[in-house]
Amino acid sequence: MAKVRVSSEPFDLAAERAALTDGRADVGALAMFVGVCRDEGGALVALELEHYPGMAEAEIARVAGEAEARWPLSGLTVIHRHGRIRTGEDIVLVVAASAHRDAAFEAVRYLMDWLKVAAPFWKKEIRADGGAGGWVAAKSEDDAATAKWRG
Amino acid sequence: MKVLYFASVRERVGLSEEEISPPAGVATVADLMRWLAGRGETHAAVFATPAGMRAAVDRVHAKPGAAIAGAREIAFFPPMTGG
Repeated sequence: MAKVRVSSEPFDLAAERAALTDGRADVGALAMFVGVCRDEGGALVALELEHYPGMAEAEIARVAGEAEARWPLSGLTVIHRHGRIRTGEDIVLVVAASAHRDAAFEAVRYLMDWLKVAAPFWKKEIRADGGAGGWVAAKSEDDAATAKWRG
Repeated sequence: MKVLYFASVRERVGLSEEEISPPAGVATVADLMRWLAGRGETHAAVFATPAGMRAAVDRVHAKPGAAIAGAREIAFFPPMTGG
């Protein structure tokens, strides 16, 4: 059962890693992805992340469950933040633990590819010049990225 | 039933949620969008040409043809940009 958390609070990478490895000797591979808020060449100071409470957790848990059914994972943690996230701060964390690297690498990729198109979060730009920031547009590459996991 | 709006859809409708009682003939997500378009100019601007609109019925992604009978919560929102 994956650990899923949706929160406005920052997360602690070392603590999340430790939670998947402490006290056990069967983990041979730990793959971690961290999505970070970038400034788009200095144009942004932050992103405001809106989410659908309840559904956001449920969709992440659903995708995490699919990954656990697909790969032999000994642990899986997914944390997604919402609210105001300044440039340089972390937005999302996926950590997968397994005996071998392939399962860990692939599970993290799977989580991020599906989370992008299925988890109900929306990013609004907070501009450095104080101008009205727009909603970040969805990318067609994100839909295409899920295609490789089908069939 | 309750209808929720998120992100750009919320801003365009001017509401984050509203309580509605559509008539019995409104059976699917697509029917509901057509019915919502008739609620006024602001709703019409959002729902009359809902290109790219996404929906969820009771917090599960739903296609336009999905049934809404018995649903407690229906949400409309743009394509997602999390991660």
